[in-house]
Amino acid sequence: MKAARASLLALLLCWAFSAWADVAVPPLTGRVVDQTGTLSADDIATLTQTLRGLELRKGSQVAVLIVPTTEPETIEQYSIRVAEAWKIGRKKVDDGALLVVAKNDRKLRIEVGYGLEGALTDVTARRIIDEIITPKFKSGDFAGGISAGVDRIVGVVDGEPLPAPEPQQSFGGSDRFDLMFNPLIIFGIFVGGAILRTVLGRLIGSVAAGGAVGVLAWYLIGSLVFSVISALVAFAFTMFAESTASSNGRSGGWSGGGSSWGGSSGGSSSDSGGFSGGGGSFGGGGASGSW
Amino acid sequence: MRRLWTVLAALATLSLTNCGYNTIQTNDEQVKSSWSEVLNQYQRRADLVPNLVNSVKGFAQQEKDVLLGVTNARAKVGSIQATPELVNDPGAFAKFQAAQGELTSALSKLLVVTENYPQLKSDALFRDLMSQLEGTENRITVARNRYIKTVQDYNVTIRSFPTNLTAMAFGYKQKANFSVENEKEISTAPKVDFTPTPAAPAK
Repeated sequence: MKAARASLLALLLCWAFSAWADVAVPPLTGRVVDQTGTLSADDIATLTQTLRGLELRKGSQVAVLIVPTTEPETIEQYSIRVAEAWKIGRKKVDDGALLVVAKNDRKLRIEVGYGLEGALTDVTARRIIDEIITPKFKSGDFAGGISAGVDRIVGVVDGEPLPAPEPQQSFGGSDRFDLMFNPLIIFGIFVGGAILRTVLGRLIGSVAAGGAVGVLAWYLIGSLVFSVISALVAFAFTMFAESTASSNGRSGGWSGGGSSWGGSSGGSSSDSGGFSGGGGSFGGGGASGSW
Repeated sequence: MRRLWTVLAALATLSLTNCGYNTIQTNDEQVKSSWSEVLNQYQRRADLVPNLVNSVKGFAQQEKDVLLGVTNARAKVGSIQATPELVNDPGAFAKFQAAQGELTSALSKLLVVTENYPQLKSDALFRDLMSQLEGTENRITVARNRYIKTVQDYNVTIRSFPTNLTAMAFGYKQKANFSVENEKEISTAPKVDFTPTPAAPAK
């Protein structure tokens, strides 16, 4: 009885602590995420257009987030969390920037990725906040302040020599196809088929290999037709291929390589509809201000 | 039969990587790189201090004690050899942390003092230096947080089974982590006193 009461208390305490939890990082639904309803649809469309233009021109990603409050965290703690979760900016180039506005706290921050710290220095970021954004915020013109600030950030980034953006991809799923035809995966299928055939016998092993490849292809690419075709190919391959891979005895050490398809994250983004971070990292650069 | 041996060999290779040697290597390297980042940002702050002191000196010469405190703390930080090996030596790590903490408190004293000089506060150079200092302090916080997390990963790997056996065999020890210097001070609630002080500081 006592134990039950204690565990109940512990559970309640857990609830109490979860109520104290930090403000959650909102999902990255677009280049402009407004959780307060401050900006009109037109404002958001214009801002998005500007920011998409920047990404097409320079490759760098800039996003805007407006939240009611960041309590109990400071805006610096919150914005680095958001930056780490969204990963805006290109991978390795790290040319992302994030404008966070905490409306009810009357605080804002420009968080700058590693690659832009040279152009958008702490001083520049502070000047953009103090001289361009906050005067408008003080008079209640949030849309004007944000768009003027974003224009200035875009202007600064435009002046920075950065690696050229990658040309637009013709269709979104191409990196998944790349993934499917990755030599390691093909080799994995090859070796896996040989092992299955060894263990289960020729016919059952081939069926199993075909089934596994089919399921995998369906999972990765999402096209049923493609997965059936690849299943048939894998089946035929395992069924009729003479046991070349297994007979020269070097297949063993390689089987660990098959697991490499797990980490498929961090591709580039910017197809027409959605927006996702390119994998840029942040180190706490930038400046904060209040109005 | 030979094929069965091939399969067994493959399994054995897999299980060898499971004893965690590679994980320990990865985590160890991550701790090193995140520690380098911490040092990097502390260095950035130390580089800023002389400029900051100079710009304050122009407006607030009478605050000699505070300025001297900052300069001395900066000198002390510079005298400690901040090598990546510091993380393996708890004593040196504590010393390093104490020196940096001293500089932090000297700087915050300086900032309190500058509140009394409106002219200084509106000086463009001083404001630029201040935003650089703020940015650097924030970078230090971020770098320290990341260091704490990587050390946590490393220490968990070192201590959990079966990787602790591997760690023991190869002599990997737990690494030092940051702690709060003034634990006692911050665990007591601050006093708020609204009674007017006789001599109000000049605004």
